[in-house]
Amino acid sequence: MWAILSILVENKPGILFKVTHLFRSRNFNIDSISEGVTENPNYSKMTITTYGDEKQINQIVKQLDKMIDTVKVEHLDEHKTVFRELCLFKIKLSNANDSMEVNKLANAYGGKVHDVKKDSIMVELTATPDQIKAFEELAKPFGILDVARTGVAALQRSGV
Amino acid sequence: MNKMESMTGAKALMVAMEKEGVKQVFGLPGGANLPMYDEFARCDIRHILARHEQSAAHMADGFGRVSKKPGVCFATSGPGATNILTGIATAQADSSPMVAVTGQVPVAMIGKDAFQESDIIGMANPVVKYAFQPRKAGEIPEVVKKGFFIAKSGRPGPVLIDIPKDVQTNEEPMNFPDEFKIQGYHPWGDPDIVNVEKAIDMLLHAEKPIILAGGGTIISSAFAELQSIAETLMLPVVTTFKGKGAFPENHPLSLGPIGMHGHAEANKMMSEADCVLAIGTRFSDRSVGTFEAFEKRLKIIHMDVDPAEIGKNQTAQIAVIGDVRVNLRVMVKLLLQRAIKKSEESPWVKHVKETKDYWKENLKLHPGEMGAAKILRKLREILPKESIVTTEVGQHQMWASLFYDVIQPGTFFSSTGLGTMGWGFPAAIGAKVARPDVPVVDIAGDGSFAMTENSLATAVLEDIPVIVFILNNSTLGMVAQWQRTFYGRRMIGVDQQSCPDYVKLAESYGAQGIRAQSMDELDKAIKTAISSDVATVIDIPIDPEEDVLPFVAPGTSLADMILPS
Repeated sequence: MWAILSILVENKPGILFKVTHLFRSRNFNIDSISEGVTENPNYSKMTITTYGDEKQINQIVKQLDKMIDTVKVEHLDEHKTVFRELCLFKIKLSNANDSMEVNKLANAYGGKVHDVKKDSIMVELTATPDQIKAFEELAKPFGILDVARTGVAALQRSGV
Repeated sequence: MNKMESMTGAKALMVAMEKEGVKQVFGLPGGANLPMYDEFARCDIRHILARHEQSAAHMADGFGRVSKKPGVCFATSGPGATNILTGIATAQADSSPMVAVTGQVPVAMIGKDAFQESDIIGMANPVVKYAFQPRKAGEIPEVVKKGFFIAKSGRPGPVLIDIPKDVQTNEEPMNFPDEFKIQGYHPWGDPDIVNVEKAIDMLLHAEKPIILAGGGTIISSAFAELQSIAETLMLPVVTTFKGKGAFPENHPLSLGPIGMHGHAEANKMMSEADCVLAIGTRFSDRSVGTFEAFEKRLKIIHMDVDPAEIGKNQTAQIAVIGDVRVNLRVMVKLLLQRAIKKSEESPWVKHVKETKDYWKENLKLHPGEMGAAKILRKLREILPKESIVTTEVGQHQMWASLFYDVIQPGTFFSSTGLGTMGWGFPAAIGAKVARPDVPVVDIAGDGSFAMTENSLATAVLEDIPVIVFILNNSTLGMVAQWQRTFYGRRMIGVDQQSCPDYVKLAESYGAQGIRAQSMDELDKAIKTAISSDVATVIDIPIDPEEDVLPFVAPGTSLADMILPS
């Protein structure tokens, strides 16, 4: 199963290293990772998405919880969570229609276009990983020149 | 408020350690920890010089396991720091309280590949409970306070404090805090009465219940509680190897350790049980064999201080998280309240006792005069029951598990998790420092002892008279046994060719060396060693072909033991 983990850590150097090291040494996988300081500058929040069966996910959560630098570790229920990833695509433009087509496609996914050139166009998309994957499939025929993704950020909805 | 006195980081380290009750440090000096070493001239902490940083760490480990207080070791930067890594990893694998203090190159030099620079924080990360690198002298008092607390609380483990040289020499106003907060660390759980109650009911309803006592039972000194519960509920007790001696091995309900080289009766009964009260164990592969076979058969009640152990290797039906002694006390109290006391032997307990008697009579032992069983039983016969035994790693270690009965709980220590050859001797030195009043014996093999034999210098010069008891088969015996069993007797890289001569080696260090080639000589040698005030090496030549049996081959279940033919 795919799992979203939200990890509140002390905002100190070296903690990202320790967390990723834990995943490596315990034979867990990191699907995506994002990190940033919280409203309280003493803390930083990591969002890690990972795969595993229930037992493995439980074990990952426990091992993360055991780390002294982690303040709070949550396995978020994706149905009760807002989770998004920002993705930048550089897409090839081969003929005159392509620019309009890519624009339409970007609009359909709520994306923005940047850096419109004769041969390429950049699309910024903030969406779920599934939506990004769907967009990617539709953009492939144009030719994807480059991609950069931020990893998932997630917050649990209030009152659920 | 504490008075803010100004002092160097090195001085603050020593003052903070004295406040933690540190009486001695095991270590080796070098360029990057000289300011700390200079402080030994001005404080009451004893320095015990090791001849290799790995040994210094094992000494601290041995001290920590016996005293239950963090043992402290010092090493310099670079190679000094990398040398203690094995010792730190050993302590981590066996949950031993330790504080390792390394020197580091000055802050401005970090990351420049300076002379004797190693990124020890990065390297040690997966094998420490926590690591600190204070970047300002003023941080040191709080770092030490937190470090000692982390090392000894909850599931104990090694803490590394890496101090850049300029942080040692800089003078700053120091505040030695009495209180501190570590937000993400919650080592104490409240007693879990609800689950202990459920555990009692599960044990009462089981037909063939058994106790599996692990190393956590020894770490938390839950000996009296364990014995009370076993006797009250008439539960047979097996242990893991690390839990060996959590329960007196001469007790009628004791079956000894299970595992790859467990006692035949222990493995048999563990294989037949239908419910296990597992105390402070991680269900290691060496203890339980194939995980699946173990899990399918059994209802498991798992007590552990580390929540991450619950469900890691085995799925438990009931989990009791918290210090095992605290929760066993709850169990003792509840049993008393509910007036539960089994007096009659159940058919299961009768069967257990018959099985135990059968194997006592029928386990075939080496026929020679100097077989491992006879040698270790002789040692047991002569050693006072309060003596402390450590072991090296190899065949002798497993023979010790099989044939050296621990009578007084908590007097047997071994490198069980990491299986570090060379651990036993320096650990014995640390143990002797913690308990100078009792004999301390390192049950050794020649191969393992060779790895840290230069600790003889420490034992002699620092006047720490331990006994090294070498079952010398002049081979890397356990490897040789696997080569005989699984690799068609192709013996590669195992022959030690009786090199060195351990009696002469001991004498060259100023220790006492005795060779024992018969039971009479062995008897005398042990008695001489116990009454001597100098470190003694007893070298006992044995048959290089003797195997450790029973043997549960890796990846098989405990029921499938290879037995002596």
